[in-house]
Amino acid sequence: MAKITLDALAHSYSKKPSGPGDYALKPMQHEWADGSAYALLGPSGCGKSTLLNIISGLLRPSEGRVLFGETDVTDLPTAQRNIAQVFQFPVVYDTMTVYDNLAFPLRNAGRDAGYVDARVKAIADMIGLTHRLPRKARGLGADEKQKISLGRGMVREDVNAILFDEPLTVIDPHMKWELRTQLKTLHRDFGHTMIYVTHDQTEAQTLTEQVVVMHDGEVVQMGPPVELFERPAHTFVGYFIGSPGMNVLPARVAGHVAHLGGVEIALSRRYAPAEGVEIGVRPEFVTLSEGGAGLPVKVLRVEDVGRHKIVRAEHEGRPVNAVVSEDAPIPAMADRMSFAPEAVNVYAGGWIVDGESAS
Amino acid sequence: MNKTVNQRAWFMVLPVLLLVAFSAVLPLMTVVNYSMQDTFGNNVFFWAGLEWFEDALRSERLQNAFGRQLMFSGIILAIEVPLGVFVALNMPKKGVWSSLVLVLMALPLLIPWNVVGTIWQIFGRVDIGLLGHAVAAMGIDYNYTQDVTSAWVTIIVMDVWHWTSLVALLAYAGLRSIPEAYYQAAKIDQASRWAVFRFIELPKMMGVLLIAILLRFMDSFMIYTEPFVVTGGGPGNATTLLSIDLVKMATGQFDLGPAAAFSLIYFLVILLMSWVFYTVMTNLDKRDAK
Repeated sequence: MAKITLDALAHSYSKKPSGPGDYALKPMQHEWADGSAYALLGPSGCGKSTLLNIISGLLRPSEGRVLFGETDVTDLPTAQRNIAQVFQFPVVYDTMTVYDNLAFPLRNAGRDAGYVDARVKAIADMIGLTHRLPRKARGLGADEKQKISLGRGMVREDVNAILFDEPLTVIDPHMKWELRTQLKTLHRDFGHTMIYVTHDQTEAQTLTEQVVVMHDGEVVQMGPPVELFERPAHTFVGYFIGSPGMNVLPARVAGHVAHLGGVEIALSRRYAPAEGVEIGVRPEFVTLSEGGAGLPVKVLRVEDVGRHKIVRAEHEGRPVNAVVSEDAPIPAMADRMSFAPEAVNVYAGGWIVDGESAS
Repeated sequence: MNKTVNQRAWFMVLPVLLLVAFSAVLPLMTVVNYSMQDTFGNNVFFWAGLEWFEDALRSERLQNAFGRQLMFSGIILAIEVPLGVFVALNMPKKGVWSSLVLVLMALPLLIPWNVVGTIWQIFGRVDIGLLGHAVAAMGIDYNYTQDVTSAWVTIIVMDVWHWTSLVALLAYAGLRSIPEAYYQAAKIDQASRWAVFRFIELPKMMGVLLIAILLRFMDSFMIYTEPFVVTGGGPGNATTLLSIDLVKMATGQFDLGPAAAFSLIYFLVILLMSWVFYTVMTNLDKRDAK
């Protein structure tokens, strides 16, 4: 087990990258703590799998270094990195039994039969495949095969890290919850460094204490879920995390006030005067009123999603949403929205602007 | 699904039945006809029953030819299959080299049998052939026209040269169909090169490999032209394989009855072997599916 350092790491699939657009991964500098669990969250094509494959050594980064602890592993082949990885689609050794599949990494590592047997049985129990152990892996269903892949990833105890590349995509929802819980337990019990790639924000937030949001080849924010929720470092994080995503509106800020057209929005921090910036506020911190102060909006519809209602509205053609608790009344002629000042963030060029705290 | 019964559909297969009758069944029946009769010429035939079959089965000549044939097929399979797989494993996977190698590999397959025979007949000659002369110059007693071992080595090397490509190309196709993820998983699992071959490549190649073995077996079991051109079945009868012996008997000695019985037995043997192969292949599939 080791801390993972990504030192000035970047990757381009083209031989001579001419601009940022040629990079699948833009230069990054990160240190991932030993024994922590990280979720790599982002839409398809944002570079999360590329990053994962670089860590496991399936791909050599075109720039920078990867370090496990203090050892530079950039040029070390995968097999020597002692790392486990589970892929999105099941990879099983068809001609082997389920038992042999699970035992394979241990046998390759030269473990003795007694240890292998104990370990395989423990893992089979964890993934619920004990009754399948003696049969051939060929002919099993996709989700059982994926469980074998998961099991093979978890069977070695001494790995530097376990990498998961959207491993629960083919698993049915009921089993997903169970396996997610198992993964959490596994992480708690053994303290492996875990990196879990997903595009499902719920999965990312429930599974790990640190979520790494990637967008267009860069890490836009890394932090605990609550931080991603309250202070998205980039408008993309605001949009990608949360349902519905953060409201983003063009504005002009000066001091404690943001100006949207003629409307003034109070801010909890002080900002240097700036034009052409954006303010972002989560729908959860929006209240609706009829007349009075606030941002004039046109309510389009109200969606009842169970525990709360989503009010879809627009301000000068831009969508603005509010989340209202189920029992809170919505004014019939609601046409104003006001924002909780401490929940309003200011963004310039997509990135958050740090204001001075009110004093 | 409800199937409608329409007996007139049988008429639809009639043309095929006729074609097959003229191209396969009737010629075969002619052979069956010959195999049960005897003649002293003048187109006068006598009923001989199963006499020719009994003779053929008891004939030492046929048994020897059959033994040589089995040995030949066994040796070339034992060489071509592992060699073909080895070549396929080492062929470049993409790029210009891959195409070039594919073309080079396919070349021997495009050369007609008698040309291959002629090439090796000349190539192996001690007086003017490059191979024969070089080998003899190295002090090895090599002469395929007089020495049994030399003759066997020559026809086996020739067959390996001609047909290993087929096995290699089929195995290559099987290898190409393996998704990259399997190799990646094997790296993660720290599998050795041998384990990758044994548990990933070989299982995925098994289907095409069995087809390759079946094709090579049938083809080599029926081989005629190449060894005939090179050795003519000699020295003595050392390389007289089944086909060569059959042709000698039928058109050389004009023993139509025995030759017909011989060819029917030959046909049945190939049919039987192919059936065994087929059964083994399908059973392997079924066993794996369990």
